[in-house]
Amino acid sequence: MKCKVCRGHAVVDIRRHNAAFCREHFLDHVRGQVARTIKEFRMFGPEDRLFIAASGGKDSLALWDILLDLGYDTTGFYLDLGIGGYSNRSKEAAIAFADERGAKLILRSLAAEHGYTVPELARLTGRVPCSGCGLNKRYEFNRAAIEEGFEVLVTGHNLDDEVATLFGNVLHWNTDMLGRQMPVLQERIFGSGGSAHVALVKKVKPLVRLAERETAAYALLKGIGYVVEECPMVEGNTQHRYKEAATLLEENSPGTKQQFYFGFLKRAQSNFSSSGDDGAEVVPCAQCGAPTVRWDVAAEPVCSFCKTKALAYRRRESAQRPARRER
Amino acid sequence: MKVKLRNPDRVVDVSGASTVLDLLKDLEIVPEAVLVIRESTLLTRDERLSDDDEIEVRPVLSGGAG
Repeated sequence: MKCKVCRGHAVVDIRRHNAAFCREHFLDHVRGQVARTIKEFRMFGPEDRLFIAASGGKDSLALWDILLDLGYDTTGFYLDLGIGGYSNRSKEAAIAFADERGAKLILRSLAAEHGYTVPELARLTGRVPCSGCGLNKRYEFNRAAIEEGFEVLVTGHNLDDEVATLFGNVLHWNTDMLGRQMPVLQERIFGSGGSAHVALVKKVKPLVRLAERETAAYALLKGIGYVVEECPMVEGNTQHRYKEAATLLEENSPGTKQQFYFGFLKRAQSNFSSSGDDGAEVVPCAQCGAPTVRWDVAAEPVCSFCKTKALAYRRRESAQRPARRER
Repeated sequence: MKVKLRNPDRVVDVSGASTVLDLLKDLEIVPEAVLVIRESTLLTRDERLSDDDEIEVRPVLSGGAG
């Protein structure tokens, strides 16, 4: 194949664009797609300090690299999930990336912040690992961004991630989730006057125009040492099955993923209320202050994170308590 | 040719595949789900292969999001 731009030898083909690119023009194409997304969805400007959730995988490190190339002020954030050697290698990849570029990286761990790892949380609560992992990552990314004084949290969600999420939300008609599925989620302020504070930091996804194959190609072509191995706890992950299904459709009909996701944003997303259909209200969690949905006005509002953490603590305590002796 | 596959890492011998697309068909792998690499260089699906090549087929679909 020939490069669409220079007619040189192509190294990447993108069938949904009916195009192929040489290395240099592919990298230009990727940077252009990200710059276009940032501008189109008004994600952030050159004056903003960006807090990048850096997992050590291809998407977050490619994103960080692109934003550095585009001249933005970035700081990476790595959250150690405690998934054995996989987490160790992911952390090393994030640290090496930051060191090579002289970029700032903040490290935290679930074990130090909350006293458990993702495998322990799954065992204690009986929740599937990816569910507890996702809940804790969303919570900690937001908390760390606010505590470290950042106004924009940037994540490496790509087109495949968004398509898989949309696929799941449609299959289960999660209308409240459909109402929140956007490349930009604006910050949420609680309180007023002197007590006003950021409860949810602005969250943006600049990679939504790029398929996962393109972020992987970018990372490889830029020599980014990302963690290729799959998370050992991903076995049976629903999101992964949705991605495989969508990729099979894409193979047979290039452009399907893009049409599905961007068609949704353009023609359907605004039809879904972000607060649900039955008058549920977003209020501060009574325990941690994070936003949560109150379904029952008579009950004290407690967020999913605090409920899950409390369940894990109760079960751990119960397991550690000595069994009562029979008389 | 020697083909390195991932997750878990392993190497398989494949012969007779003349292009990247042929190779992926032989291995029953969806081309959109992988990168194909030879000597640190990415290959498009029409690229010609020989039985002396050492190829890596690297999956790109990750389990979780982000």
